[in-house]
Formats: sequence, structure tokens, C-alpha cells
Amino acid sequence: MGTVILLALTGLGLAALYFLVASGLSLVFGLADVLNFAHGLFLGVGAYGTWWAAGNLPGAGPDGFGFVFAVAFGVAAGTLVAILVELVLIRPLYSRTIEQVLVTVGLSLAGVALLQATWGADARPFPRPDWTRQVTGILGAQVPNGGLLLIIAAVLVLGAILAFLRWTRYGLVIRAGVENREMVTALGIDVRKAFTLVFAIGGAAAALAGALGGVYFGTVSPGQGGSLLIFAFIVVVIGGMGSVVGSAYAAVVVGLVQQFVNYYGTSGLGDICVVGLLAVVLLLRPQGIAGKVATA
Amino acid sequence: MTVIDAPPAQVPDELTPQRGRWHRVRPFLPLVALAVLAILPYSTISLPGIFEGPVNSPGTLQLLAICLIFGGLAAGYDLLFGRTGMLSFGHALYFAAGVYGTDILVTRAGLPLWQAALLTITGGTILAALLGAVALRTVGIAFAMVTLAFAQVGAILVARDFGGLTGGEEGLPLDVSGLPAGLVGVTNTVNLYWLALAYLTLVVFVVHRVSGSPTGRVLAGLRDDERRIGVLGLDPYRYKLVAFTLAGGLASAGGVVYVLIVGGASPHITSSELTLSLLVMVVLGGPGTRWGPVLGGVLYMYLDHRLTAFGTSDAVDNLPAILSRPLSQPLFVLGTVFILAVYFFPGGLTSLAPRLSHLTRSLRPPR
Repeated sequence: MGTVILLALTGLGLAALYFLVASGLSLVFGLADVLNFAHGLFLGVGAYGTWWAAGNLPGAGPDGFGFVFAVAFGVAAGTLVAILVELVLIRPLYSRTIEQVLVTVGLSLAGVALLQATWGADARPFPRPDWTRQVTGILGAQVPNGGLLLIIAAVLVLGAILAFLRWTRYGLVIRAGVENREMVTALGIDVRKAFTLVFAIGGAAAALAGALGGVYFGTVSPGQGGSLLIFAFIVVVIGGMGSVVGSAYAAVVVGLVQQFVNYYGTSGLGDICVVGLLAVVLLLRPQGIAGKVATA
Repeated sequence: MTVIDAPPAQVPDELTPQRGRWHRVRPFLPLVALAVLAILPYSTISLPGIFEGPVNSPGTLQLLAICLIFGGLAAGYDLLFGRTGMLSFGHALYFAAGVYGTDILVTRAGLPLWQAALLTITGGTILAALLGAVALRTVGIAFAMVTLAFAQVGAILVARDFGGLTGGEEGLPLDVSGLPAGLVGVTNTVNLYWLALAYLTLVVFVVHRVSGSPTGRVLAGLRDDERRIGVLGLDPYRYKLVAFTLAGGLASAGGVVYVLIVGGASPHITSSELTLSLLVMVVLGGPGTRWGPVLGGVLYMYLDHRLTAFGTSDAVDNLPAILSRPLSQPLFVLGTVFILAVYFFPGGLTSLAPRLSHLTRSLRPPR
């Protein structure tokens, strides 16, 4: 019993990480039709930003409010990079989707190489607060606190994004833009501002995933974003593109399947089962769990 | 009913393109290039700065052979991306299937090379057909993500070393004892070079034949507007699957040659980065053009190898750290060049010639 609960909670921790990356990807994709390969870079910037701040910034550190400050710095750095990427690289190629995707591909190669050039290719130990190294007993299972932190953060982010989409004016523009961008533009609403906003939200969520993922894994390395990004892509496709709630469901399913199969089967089998799940979902429901039937 | 042979309509002079002096020679240029490449190993010229040793030294020939293989791979990938408009992010899988398939069948199962190669190419083609059949249920970006996911399974299978077949992170050196003597050893690098050249020629031939055929017209139609093909009563799914399978088969054939040249398989060829590199090669060269992808592939691989040497050279080391560190990363330079290429010459390298000729013509005084 204890094992099952432990696996379920660590699986949910992984799911939380996927959700943080996938929610931004899904929103960007739904609104701007851009498959953002540079999303892993935002994650890397968030992780390295937090790592750097904890070591170098006055007032920041691996404990207490210092850690909160360090994470805030990492998230701010990731958000800033995301906004810059949108303004400088994506916006000039407005509605030329393939070129936009190509630019993010180039950026993902160059950005990871830049991180590697600056801080080396090897993984570095991440400054984690002491309490995240400890475990909490839940129903007889000893659950690492780092995973619980991720779950709480992901639930908060999910709530915040849903509230933003439901109750604010820009949320309305984004929801309408995901449904039908041409119509929103025809009404005289500037969707481009919404693009920047969506990139900022996605960048912030990914950077948070980078910072808390550093706590979860205990290390930070330049390639971390790329390997997480592929599972985030799978989550986005299974969940249905453009749907944040779909991403949340899919992240939970993917995280749990991966964790349980990796434990009860061979290591690595869970990752393959996730892709098998993707194939099954595509064969049965090509638009994803929460996706609508494609009209075009 | 009488059939009237109408005389062909006169084309006004100003609409016929101006033909340069080269138009008679141009159709033969690829043959000339092929001949030059074929006799290249006989020359002992050394080109300091471009190659480390003389042209016929094994090191240079191996570098050239790898460049040629990737020229062929890029041309095969362009069948998907440039000619059919399918953005696949999983092409590395079929290449890796060729590399690991041959390696495992020769090294672990002890099959003779020709059997291993035949089995591997057949297997790679069937794999592409099966995975393509699932992935093509989605379109556009979702297709890209799904092919990426499938390729990731290949990477996991290789890295986790299921059944002890792939050697995991260490890779799997090719057991050369069963291979034909002409393909083994440093002195025989020239044969491998010719094999790579033959592969490139094969891919270019197949891709050009397909894109010139009626099927190729349908593929171009799919790229431009898929609905129109559907309206014509043709099944887009079937044509896309044909292109996907063919490109997968060509890539696995490339893997067979690659494993011979490199002498083993290593897990990095299964990574999604390889597919992204293929995409960069095609876009740098010029997607959908006759020679662009080949040029892009050759140039990319050359730069990737040489930039590593350049990055550790004294000229770069003497720069301040803020410049020398990024410059020592080939991917940083290539990624940046790629982004600039997307902005400033969208048609790739092959679009530079007409652009330059426009420029020179506008500079020349009017006749």
C-alpha cells in the first residue's frame, strides 16, 4: 500500500512538472499555432537563473525567504527571455507558422549551446532548501517534499491560469483567439498583445518548472529542458492542443503511467508505454482528450 | 471527329527567360560534379585551412564521406519537408534503425554484411510505413510532435540497452571480422568514400525521379494545398504515407553506409537533435530545390566538424571569454546562422545566386 501511494505521489510530482511545461506550450500553440521548441530554453533559463541567484544575489540563498527570492529571480529571468523571444524573433514572422517554428528550432540549438558554453555541460548541484530533502509520511508512505512542492505549485498555477482565462479581459481575448483567431482580429482586437502575454505566461510557468525541477532532481544541466520538452509535447497532444485543462488531465495520466510502469516493469518501459498511450489516443481520438474535432 | 493540331501559341520574347552562356552546359554539371567527386581521392593536393591533411588522406576522406552521407540524408528528408510539406521531427529514427540494425545483425547475429543490409533496409522501410500510418492521422504541428515522440522511443530503447543489444551509452562498435576485406581498415577508407558517393547519387536520383513523376506533382500539391488534392478525388493520406515510407527507407539505407564509415553505432544519432540538424541543413540549403538540401547537408556537416577545430584554435582562445566560449560551441554558431538564414535568405543558399544576379544586373548600366 505504502509503495502504491509513494508511486502515485511521485508520479503526480512528475505530472506537475509536465503540466507546468505543457500548459504554456499548449496556450502558445492554441493561440499562435507555434510549436515552441525554445520552451525548453525558458526552463533552462529558469533553472540556471535560480541556481545563479541562490549563489550570487544578495539576500537570496538556498533557505527560507532567500530561496523564494531566488526562485522569483529565476522565474523573472525566464519570463523576460520569453517576452524577448516573442518580440524580437516571433513577432516579425507574424502568421508565417513554419518560419516561426524554424526560428524556435534554431534558438533551442543555440540557446542550449550558450548555456553549455557559460556553465559547462556537466550537471551542477542545485541549491535546495533543507526541508525539501526531507520526507513526509502520508498514509504510510515516505514522500519526498520536493515532489509535494511541485504538486502544490502546479495546482496553484492551474488555478491561476484558469482564473485568468475566465475572469479577465485578456483571458477572454486568449480564449476567443484559441477558438478562432481570424474572427478576433476582424473584431479589431489586437491579438499580438495576447501573443506576448501568452509567451510570458508560458515562459513563467516553464521557468518555475525549471526552478522546482532543480529541487526535484537535485541537479541542473543544460540538456534538462530538452528531455522534459518531449514528454511535454506528448502531454499537449494527448490533452488536446490549446486546452489547459486537457493538458492537466493528460499530465496526470502520463506521469502516473510512467512512474508505475517504470517501477513494476523495467526502467525505461514506462517512457515507451507513454508513447504507446499517445498512439492509442491518436488512433481513437486524433484531436486529443479535450480537443475539438478539427474543422479545417 | 477531326483532331486539329493547333500550332503552339507564340510566347512573347520578353516572357522567355534570358538564357546565359551556361544553358547548354548546365544539364551536364551534376555529371561533371559527380566525376570530379569520384576522382577526388586520386589527388594529393593539400588545402591548408580547409582540410587537415591532403585530400587523399584517410581522415579527410572520412570527413568527406560523412558530409556526402548527410547530403543524401538531407535530400531524403527534403522529400518530406520541402517537397510534401510534412514537418517530421522523427527522421533520425529511421537513420538510427539503419545504423543499429546493421550493427546488431553483423556484430551480435554474425550475418554477412549484404544480408544484414538488406534486412535492415527492409525493416527500416516497414517501420516507417507502420509509424507513418499512425502519425499521419494527425496533420501539421501535431504530426511533428507525434513523429518526435516515436523517435524518442527509439532513443530510449537504444539508451536503456534492452536485451543487451545496443550497448547503451557506450554504443556498439562494429565487428569487422565478417565484413568484406575492401571495406575494413584505414587504407580502404577510399572505398567507403565511394560508397557514400554512391548513396548520395542514389538518393538524389530517386528523389528527382519521384518529384518529376505524377506522384511528385501530387506531393507538391499536398504541400501547397491539401484540400485541393482531396477535391480532385485523390487520397492525401495514401500519398503522404508513400512519401514517408520512401524517405524512411532512404534514411535507413544511409544508416547502413554510415555505420561502415564510422565503424560503429553511438546513441547520439538517435537524438532528436539529429532530426533538427537535418531540418537546419534543408532550410540552409533551400527546401524543395534541386541541389539545395544536398549542399546544405554537406556544408552543415563540414562546418560542424571544422567549427570544433576552429573553436579550440588559438585565434578563438585569444578572444575575450564572452566571445570565445560561445564560439567554441559549434551548435551555437550553426543555430545562430540558421536563425539569420530564416530571416534574411528564406530560400536558402540556392536562392542566393538569383538574388546576386539581380543585384549585379541592377548595378550594371542599362544597355
